[in-house]
Amino acid sequence: MMDEKLLINLKKQSTIIRKHVIEAVYHAKSGHPGGSLSSADILTALYFHVMNVDVKNPNWEDRDRFVLSKGHCSPVLYGALAEKGFFNKEEIVKFRQADSFLEGHPSMRYVPGVDMSTGSLGQGISTAVGMAIAGKLDKKNYNVYALLGDGEIQEGQVWEALMSAAHYKLDNLIAFLDHNGLQIDGNITDVMSPEPVVDKFRAFGWNVITIDGHDFVQIIEAINEGKKTEGKPTMIVAETIKGKGVSFMENEAGWHGSPPNEEQRNKAISELDEILTKLEVE
Amino acid sequence: MKIATREAYGAALAEIGSDNNIIVLDADLSKSTKTDVFKKKYPDRFINMGIAEANMMAVAAGIASCGKTVFASTFAMFASGRAFEQVRNSICYPQLNVKIGATHAGITVGEDGASHQCIEDLATMRVIPNMTVVCPADGVETRQAIIAAAKTEGPFYIRLARLATPVLFDESTYKFELGKGVTVREGSDVTIIATGMMVAEAVEAVEVLKQEGISARLINIHTIKPIDKDIIVKAAKETGAIVTCEEHNVIGGLGSAVAEVLVENCPVPVKMVGVKDKFGKSGKPDELLKMYGLTSKDIVSNVKDVLKLKK
Repeated sequence: MMDEKLLINLKKQSTIIRKHVIEAVYHAKSGHPGGSLSSADILTALYFHVMNVDVKNPNWEDRDRFVLSKGHCSPVLYGALAEKGFFNKEEIVKFRQADSFLEGHPSMRYVPGVDMSTGSLGQGISTAVGMAIAGKLDKKNYNVYALLGDGEIQEGQVWEALMSAAHYKLDNLIAFLDHNGLQIDGNITDVMSPEPVVDKFRAFGWNVITIDGHDFVQIIEAINEGKKTEGKPTMIVAETIKGKGVSFMENEAGWHGSPPNEEQRNKAISELDEILTKLEVE
Repeated sequence: MKIATREAYGAALAEIGSDNNIIVLDADLSKSTKTDVFKKKYPDRFINMGIAEANMMAVAAGIASCGKTVFASTFAMFASGRAFEQVRNSICYPQLNVKIGATHAGITVGEDGASHQCIEDLATMRVIPNMTVVCPADGVETRQAIIAAAKTEGPFYIRLARLATPVLFDESTYKFELGKGVTVREGSDVTIIATGMMVAEAVEAVEVLKQEGISARLINIHTIKPIDKDIIVKAAKETGAIVTCEEHNVIGGLGSAVAEVLVENCPVPVKMVGVKDKFGKSGKPDELLKMYGLTSKDIVSNVKDVLKLKK
């Protein structure tokens, strides 16, 4: 079982990252809060428990890599990287501004800690496959992590990437599906159903694990199982809630790409602060 | 002697492959793109990505992000067309070290016809920021261009041909310099600026013109981007008229690139020899070059036309 103290720390950390998400999109008056909030626990587990990275040497060649294939969820990545210490947290309120390096979609050339520029859906997972191939070629021990959206997998390139990862037995690649069920135009099953995703990933030769994407114990156990799996890549299908942590954003497709106004921002922040206060007591 | 630039490409990859950092990717066309020459010598560093060019380009980017020099090959049509956005967003925007070896460019693909005859790639590739675009004229230049690309950090698009064409340069004396045009023939009445296999056609045209008393300079522009502005402006000033020659649509390719330089620096009359904004078709390469107006004869007539416009 996971250490209680560690669990509380991860919960606190993900709540703080969620606050960054709200502040980023509020100040930018644009951006994507819904999918950032749904994947905040996954990124927290990766950056604050799992991944081997060095904030002083972001391009360290033996580091674990992370590719945010659903690049529009940059607020959660920036929140995690800033909290980790890759850059100053005060930069977050400049998200999407002309004088900031925090581009709307992540750029590896501008942002310390970003391992790949993403934004155009479907491409990130292919670049993660490339990183995993490079790791195998060099006989390195690093792992490559990627996060896909469940709308994103409507892109055909994703399936080309999945096929190639299984073909080359990339057991150093662990991908997450942020299965929150919503995309801009509504439910994924109404817009263009990618279901049944678990069967499809299995048919493409991946080791598939389904978890509650907001349960740190399950997230970390699934990653550990993925690391132990030999001869095939692992897909962790994380059942998540779009907008998780902010009551009025939860399960609302409308919050995919809309910023909160001042009142909504204040409400969101106070809800998240309340979670933090409760965690302090624990 | 004739050799296809794709043949020289495969041989050059095998030559530079002694460097362990070089990785070659192909999309099920290694026998045609000639990356199979590398594959035979260095099977561990050859990765077949199957018929999935979009994935291949982004995988190439991922491998390059880990410090490798990656050559990714397929036909020009699929490299620059199908995978355009992967080339733009995953390779050029992050400025990764991927060299695209794009073979079977232009109408000299021949019998396969229009679907496989890419006449748009110089336009679509040179318009992407951070991209270097090279179109070698013969096998000797191809070899040196590949060596230069491997040594130069950043994205490259290297346009190669299926058809065997004359070897123009001497391996022992020719020096390829990235971004520098090559004066192949001196001349004072007019300048022919050519790229790729059209340089060989232009060499013939210069000889014909000489017999008719016209002194034509011939410049080989192997680097379409960044283009050698100095050599173009100097030629415009000294000869007063330009004819461009490319196995590509006259929209957006070498002719356009030369015209962009001229209108800003030294406007002179220009005629463009190239595919006149229409699709190719099946046929023998030589027949097609005649049908589409891409022979030395066409260059000669365009030179005569441009001389009438010269002040």
